[in-house]
Amino acid sequence: MSNKIVKTLREAIELSGLKEGMTISFHHHLRNGDYVLNMVMEEIAAMNIKGLTVNASSLFDTHLPLIDHARNHVVTKLQTNYMSGAIGRFISQGVMEELVEFRTHGGRPSAVESGVTPIDVAFIAAPVSDTMGNCTGKYGKSACGSLGYAFPDAMNAKKVIVITDSLVPYPLADWSIPETYVDYVVAVDAIGDPNGIVSGTTKITRDPIGLIMASSAARVIRHSGLLKDGFSFQTGAGGASLAAAKFLKDIMLRENIKGSFGLGGITGYMVDMLKAGCFQSLLDVQCFDLEAVESIRSNPKHQEISATHYASPSAKSAVVDSLDVVILGATEIDTDFNVNVHTDSNGFIMGGSGGHSDTAAGAKLSMIIAPLSRARLPIVTDRVTCISTPGKDIDVLVTQKGIAVNPRNKELGERLRQAGLPVVDIHELKRIAERITGVPQRLEKGERAVAKVIYRDGTLLDTIYSVSDIG
Amino acid sequence: MRRSMLFLPGNTPNIIINGDELGADAVILDLEDAVAPSEKDAARILVRNAIRLMKFEKSEVLVRINSMDSEYWKSDLDEIVPLKPDVIMPPKMSCAADVQAIDAYITKLESSLGIESNSVKLMPLIETALGVENAFQIAMASRRVCALQLGGEDLTADLRCKRTREGNEIDYARKRLVCAARAAGVDAYDTPFTDVNDDEGIYADTEYAKSLGFTGKASISPRHVTAINQVFSPSQEDIDYAYEVMEAIRIAKEQGRGAISLRGKMIDAPIVARAQQTIAMAEELLMMAGGGNE
Amino acid sequence: MTKIVRRAYAGTIESSDVYVELEPCDCGIDIQIESVVMKQFGDAIRSVVFEMFEQLEVESAKVKIVDRGALDCVIRARVEAAIKRGEAEQI
Repeated sequence: MSNKIVKTLREAIELSGLKEGMTISFHHHLRNGDYVLNMVMEEIAAMNIKGLTVNASSLFDTHLPLIDHARNHVVTKLQTNYMSGAIGRFISQGVMEELVEFRTHGGRPSAVESGVTPIDVAFIAAPVSDTMGNCTGKYGKSACGSLGYAFPDAMNAKKVIVITDSLVPYPLADWSIPETYVDYVVAVDAIGDPNGIVSGTTKITRDPIGLIMASSAARVIRHSGLLKDGFSFQTGAGGASLAAAKFLKDIMLRENIKGSFGLGGITGYMVDMLKAGCFQSLLDVQCFDLEAVESIRSNPKHQEISATHYASPSAKSAVVDSLDVVILGATEIDTDFNVNVHTDSNGFIMGGSGGHSDTAAGAKLSMIIAPLSRARLPIVTDRVTCISTPGKDIDVLVTQKGIAVNPRNKELGERLRQAGLPVVDIHELKRIAERITGVPQRLEKGERAVAKVIYRDGTLLDTIYSVSDIG
Repeated sequence: MRRSMLFLPGNTPNIIINGDELGADAVILDLEDAVAPSEKDAARILVRNAIRLMKFEKSEVLVRINSMDSEYWKSDLDEIVPLKPDVIMPPKMSCAADVQAIDAYITKLESSLGIESNSVKLMPLIETALGVENAFQIAMASRRVCALQLGGEDLTADLRCKRTREGNEIDYARKRLVCAARAAGVDAYDTPFTDVNDDEGIYADTEYAKSLGFTGKASISPRHVTAINQVFSPSQEDIDYAYEVMEAIRIAKEQGRGAISLRGKMIDAPIVARAQQTIAMAEELLMMAGGGNE
Repeated sequence: MTKIVRRAYAGTIESSDVYVELEPCDCGIDIQIESVVMKQFGDAIRSVVFEMFEQLEVESAKVKIVDRGALDCVIRARVEAAIKRGEAEQI
């Protein structure tokens, strides 16, 4: 075969042998700027292929046309790790007959590799590719940085189609995914909208309550016993989490602590910590902003890793297993420390685990930062609407009115108390919140199951029900 | 103890309901500049409800009413005084008569409501050239006056100069205000630092205010509260010295000696007073420990 | 008795606030509530609003509430402000 270039997307789909009942897959590195999923689904719908399973590592608002494809039975099943509110709303109203399968960022590659969720055709949006399919996300007008979530798809799908808007002559030396896995390469005008792919700069919060929580979070880490040379850390891109990273950086520099690695979705703040010497390396499964993209392109200490390497529970080891501290969010947390990141206060799907339960399971200290209440709803409940991450994996909840430590982690509670931090029982946090907000009435569960939440080891964690009454 | 006092806009529920959590020793619920003329009525009711129904456990509550050249100040007092707020801050106080007019109106309200007289305190806001020149008379105008607060923004407008980061233009007013307040036996609070993003500037500005003798400093941003609290808290060195002073006094008393010296310096009454203040503050801070920022 | 004689409103649709709109009518208290926490606090909001009308002796008004998660004390304040803006001048 002299080269793998196929003129049109349609031709590539035909060559792949896609037919009814098969599974196709997508990665989410282009996030809300992605054109590829919609482009492919439109072509498939036009080809009149129905009954497909779509396995997408995450789904964003921009993928809303997928709902029409579900209504028209082009797509009959969805597998994903995260779903934004616009899509989630339809799923919660029961648009799909088959239950959506939610996995985690580590559980997904594990299920793909083990054959639990085999992929027939993987469509890989690539910001740059050569004619034989050596491709990467580090360059091109649609650069997204790491292609971490695309690796397991490329390595395990029966057919792999690379779609790029920046075709370069063979060989692209600095590839992420090598040609050995790629069947066809299609060039298109644009694979995404750069404005939706990465944000200019992710900003730390200006919200004073967010800053207070961030400051508490940094103190918890400082007194956890883990903050010493060799320290490793992951945090999300939320405003308060980033602020916590900034406070942490200040402490590390002041006390001259040389960390080992920063992990996860990478932002400019983590890049700053690397540059300042807080870490020896960054291990990057996904870039969130332009600074992260620039860094992964130019700094050899900033290393791309696959989703498998990041978090798979069936890998011989994954990076999360070596992680010291992770900072995570929550829409709800219950008095057993179970966390919900799948549904909103009305029961509508608006998120997903992503790497939440993977990192919570792996990290020595997994911390939730959340305000005591949001829009009059207390964050602490008797029982979360949906268990996204089981309470056994959560060590501490940081709110602006106190810090609750999981009783399972007695040592941590003792350390924090001795350091003079405001440690309170999680039931007490619930009472404090309800004294301010009033006691909310419980949500009625909908009649129909609409999604399964599958834990990283493949077991069923919870079931999400339809929302009947739209408030 | 008031190191930091944080202004909160009186008609913004989202900010008021979290007011207690922002680390400030006192919050100033503002009915004046932060509220549009068309919303004065609604803000008054909201602030009244907030004081009545919300527990401010960590912060003392002050209310800044509207100025006497507006039509609102009496309605503000009608609504707020019944709740027995700790302190009322009247803006643009320029002479003793201003304070006395407010005093008289509050006195009338107190007696009609059956509130103990003189229980509501006043912290006049000095923010005119005339106010600066009359600062001592203002501080002495009423038993209710517990402190003077400097307002740099309006003052520089009145002085017809620009407000700068360095603050040379308000230097005279600062010193005059501290002197007037101390002469009258009340506290003095410095004007807010206005650049929310200048993290170094707030420290320098606060250090300077402390060095002039201010008791604390007002703030328009929660981001400044930590810096202000830090600067106005006694250092460990100060605390250790204060205990040393008290210990030296105890020993001298035991031995029946009159003159006391410590580290080769005579301990006189002002030193003792300052040591007592430092210890009181240290003990209060110790009680609060755990909740604050590092 | 307090009579609502003109259309009046108070509050905003900012987070943690509530927008209250009143119109004169002879229909008794006719309340329409929209809230981000309808399922959890709809009943509580309704009863607080009724309580305020009772307390301020308003017997008739068409009421529109758009709630953004306001606490009780905020809802009370906004209803009171709207009533005072909409009531007849006291003679």
